[in-house]
Parts: sequence; structure tokens; C-alpha cells
Amino acid sequence: MDHAHASTIFNKDKARTGWHDETLWMVREKRDKAARLVPDWEKLREAASQIKSHTLSNLDEYLLEFEAKAEKNGIIVHWAADALEHNEIILSIIRANNISKVVKSKSMLTEECHMNEYLASKGIEVIDTDLGERIVQFRKEHPSHIVMPAIHLKREDVGETFHKHLGTEKGATDPQYLTEAARQHLRDKFISSELAMTGVNFAIAETGGFVVCTNEGNADMGAHLANVHIASMGIEKIIPKAEHLGVFLRLLARSATGQPITTYSSHFHKPRTKQQMHIVIVDNGRTVQLGRPDFRNSLKCIRCAACFNTCPVYRRSGGHSYHNAVAGPIGSILAPNLNMRENADLPFASTLCGSCTNVCPVKIDLHDQLWKWRQVLIKEGYGSISKKAGMNVMNTILSNPGIYNFMGKIGRGMLRAMPWIAKSKSLNPWYKQREMPNAPAQSFKTWYATNRKKS
Amino acid sequence: MSSRDKIVSAVKGNKPALIPLPLMDWQVSTENTTDTFIKTLEGIGGTLYTIADLQQVMHKVLEIHGNEKRIVNQVRLSDGKNPEEIKSESSISLENVEVAIIEGQLGVAENGAIWVPEHAMGHRALPFICQHLVIVLPIKNIVPTMHQAYGSINVSSNGFGVFIAGPSKTADIEQSLVIGAHGARSLVVFLVDK
Repeated sequence: MDHAHASTIFNKDKARTGWHDETLWMVREKRDKAARLVPDWEKLREAASQIKSHTLSNLDEYLLEFEAKAEKNGIIVHWAADALEHNEIILSIIRANNISKVVKSKSMLTEECHMNEYLASKGIEVIDTDLGERIVQFRKEHPSHIVMPAIHLKREDVGETFHKHLGTEKGATDPQYLTEAARQHLRDKFISSELAMTGVNFAIAETGGFVVCTNEGNADMGAHLANVHIASMGIEKIIPKAEHLGVFLRLLARSATGQPITTYSSHFHKPRTKQQMHIVIVDNGRTVQLGRPDFRNSLKCIRCAACFNTCPVYRRSGGHSYHNAVAGPIGSILAPNLNMRENADLPFASTLCGSCTNVCPVKIDLHDQLWKWRQVLIKEGYGSISKKAGMNVMNTILSNPGIYNFMGKIGRGMLRAMPWIAKSKSLNPWYKQREMPNAPAQSFKTWYATNRKKS
Repeated sequence: MSSRDKIVSAVKGNKPALIPLPLMDWQVSTENTTDTFIKTLEGIGGTLYTIADLQQVMHKVLEIHGNEKRIVNQVRLSDGKNPEEIKSESSISLENVEVAIIEGQLGVAENGAIWVPEHAMGHRALPFICQHLVIVLPIKNIVPTMHQAYGSINVSSNGFGVFIAGPSKTADIEQSLVIGAHGARSLVVFLVDK
């Protein structure tokens, strides 16, 4: 189902759509408040953007430097060309350690690779430990937002889900009570877990270590208690030096939720005594995106989701309408790189208002890229037939003054004589959420010709 | 060709021409650094006490939490006791830690974060698995921003290190803030002003 159809379904519940819209806008406002407290904010965004540009321009060297330093630190480094190879590497580590249960903190990369489904098909249970991710996992859904995975749900939904899976009281909806139930349930999982997976927010070439940011503490509860820790990262997570963390950690949480920093910013460099620590470095289309000059900036993304929260289309259509692990404006420029045919609708799920570009902490030119993807997709033949037919008709009319004048007259006449055609929601989708204006008596061209003679 | 070589050569072939790194010079105001730290940390759910003597730490901890449940201290307080050895403890035995007392190396005024290297934890899991966390921080070790913080710590001198900013929290249910997600339910910071 494409974005427009999925959004239509999302929009059927008007109250919930309104709540979703307002809640995400509130998060955007928190971001603004936090940003304004930092005198260097715009300079920080510029520096972050430049550090990422520099890193991408020297990425092969930094990847090798990172690998060498990480191995020296005692970390085992793996490389995966695509999602399947990533999943196979994870499975081989799990099998080599005779493990059947895994705890995992948030990693959008494992979502992108559909790792949970893959491991489940091999008989391995993956327990998501981020509260929002655990909620959607119980419901057999996917995160609808990369920072707030369950933002499409209301407390009543969570209460019902927890009643079914954790035995909380029926009808209980208090977030404090429900969170406590999840804490107790997941503590047991942490204590008994043998293998923990985490994502990676930043990987430092200079030191061969990596940083994981959470508010809940679930990444640390997993990684420090299990005997095996696997961290999965895309090649674009590299930063050159530890001092650059100063720039990114000042931007990340403020852009994401308006917090000055996440509760925990954990810096992993060496395994504990007797612990195994693995890093899986994943390409999965990223090197292709690096080779597209118009789109390579998308690889600068630090996954703060500020572009989601500000986007008028995301706020009113919900993350699941994007049918991609990463939704929102950034997801819409990453997804066509992964699969043009399946994701050809996403760059059109935007008003091109540019708000995403204005809030992006690493200054990705998001709305420009959305517009450029549209051109690529149409050229490559992925435009919808109706859109193509409509554009051809418009082209004939607008490039031919005789036809243009004639069609104008017909249009005005029709609006007057048969307004029901324009007001039919099935014939005129534009009317769905709008009022049609009354048809003017004459065109501007006729009015101008008449009035110019008068003066 | 291995995936490693394939990826590295694809990057090499597709990367743009070298772009220089930006200069790192930042506005630094050292005014009110301690006050800003206190205000910011309180804003994210921390509780602070300024003390002149380490003796007050245990006194206050007992006052808040009582002594019925397990308290693990990793700070050399003035009671002459050595920090408790917990490095080889299992997760099951660490699970009963009610209060953990550790030393912070450095505080950051702009965000209330405190840097704790592994050697100050006894066990990497301690600051997370305890129900309540207490951090002792010399007041002179508070810096204005993350730039000064990274200037004075060495992130790779220990196998692990963490910036801790307040108690663990989540807002995953309807954006409603709940303190005490998976990590510590509370954070008390003693600022030592000698």
C-alpha cells in the first residue's frame, strides 16, 4: 500500500490524528527551546555538517583506522555487504555460543535488515528492551518513529497490550504503572541474558570505540550483564576523533527530544574480562548512496528524528504509512536508494515546505533531495500512470494558448453549471479537505484586456 | 573479494574529493558554571547536595535510604573502609544492590552530565543495575560544555566510560515522562567543595 492510501486509513481516526500531530509538534517546540539556550547552535550545526562531509570524503581510510584500533582494543570486527550477510553474521555468533535468547536495545539498522524476523525463523528469540520497541514487538508491529517507536499508540492501547502479555490489571493505563511492569519483566530478561545487541550512535576512528545513547539504560543493562555483546553499525556512523563527540552529543538529544543530553552516553572501547565484543559494519546500499552526489548528504544523518517531528506530512500520516524502517523525510530519501520500485511513492509524501532542512542538526538538504528524487524516479519510469497522464494533459494545455483559453472557459462553465463534479471527492481529490472557490465570471486575461482599454 | 574489501573499495570509488575538517573553536563562558550545573541537573531529575566533608555522604545516604538493603560503596570515604570488591559478581548478585555510591570524574554544566570511567564503578553494570545511584563529584571538576569535557577526559583510557545525566527515564507511553525505566530510579549528586 502506498503512502497516500495508508495515510487515508490513518486519517480516519480524526481525534487520534490530531493528537499525533499535536504531540509531535510539542516535541518540535521542546527542540526549539533547547536549541535557543545554546549560543553556538548554528555554528554547531555547521560544524557537525562539515565534520560529516569531511568523514564521507575520507571514509575508506577512517573505516580501516577504526577497524585496526578496535581490533587492538580486543573487539572482533565483521563486515557485511548487505542485510542478509549482517543477519548471517549475527546468527553465526549466536550459534557459536550456543545461545537461543538475545536482548536487544534500539538499533534502526537491525530493523532495516529485518533481523528479528530472520532470527525468529532460525529459532532465536530476540527481546527488544527499549520500552517503546517492546510495546510494538508485543503487538507484532514495527516502530513508527525512530526515537519514539510507539508514538502511534495511546496509553489505552499499551494498557491492553501489557494486560495480555505481562498480566497487568485490565483497564490500567497509568504510564508509571505500565513502565514499572515493563521494568520488572525486562530485568528478568537482562539478568538471564547471555547475548546483548546494541546499535551504535557514533564510532570513533581515532580510538576504535563506539558510543551508544539511551535514556532508559537498556543498552547498558544488556551489554554489561551478557557475556557476548554485538553492536551493529552502518558505515556512515564513523567520526574521526573523540573531540567531535562534543559537537554531536550537544546536538543529538536537543534535536531529538529537547533534552540537553540523553541520560546515558556510553563509550565502549574494550570488552570486559572474559566478555566477547563484536562490531558488525554494514553497507547495505550506503556505498551506492555515497556515489550519488545529489543524495550522499543523506549519509550524514545522526537519527535524531527532528525532521519527523516538524514534518506536516509525517505528523498527519503516522510512521507506518511510510512502509520503511526509517519513516519521515529522512526515510523518504534513504528508502528509494534501497529499493526504487517499492519506495517510489515516498519522496512525494512531502509538501517540500523545507521545515526538515531547517531543523536538521547536520544540515542535510532534505527537501532538495526529496525534489531531486522525484525527478530521478519519474525519469526511471517509477511514476504512477495517473500522475504521468495528468502531467501530459497539463503539458498540452499549458504549452498551447489556444487550448488553454478554451479549457479555461470550459472549466469556469462547468464549475457554474455542474459544481457537483468539482465537489465530488472521488472525481476531484483536491476537494477532500478543501472548499472549492466560486468560479469567476471571466478569466484574468479577459478582465485585463477589457480594463486596459478603459484606462 | 571479501565483503570488507568490497565495501572499502566501493567507498574509495564513490567518495567525493577530500573536504577539510572545520576548526573547533567555541564560545566559552566560565561564569556561573557550578550554578548552571546544579540548575540543569535538577531540571533533568537529579538531586544535589553541596558538602565540605566526605563523611557527610554516608550519613545522608543512610538518612535517605536506610540500611536495610544492600549499599555498595566504591568511593574512598573517610571511614577508612576500602571500596567493596564486586568485579567478579554475577548479575544475579548485583541485582540486589539498592544503592551504589561511585565517584564522578568530571561534570558538565550545560547538560548536567557526569563522566564516570570504568575504574570508578567496580563493575560496569553497577551504575545501571542499582535501584538508586549516588555520585560524588569534586566541585572543581565541573566544566562549562562538552567541548571542555572531551578536552580533559581520555575516552579510551578505560575499556568503558559513560556520561550519566540524571536518573533513567522514558516517555515512550504517550510522551508522558516516567522516571526509573531500566537504570537507576534516582540520582543523588554530592558536590564536594573543599
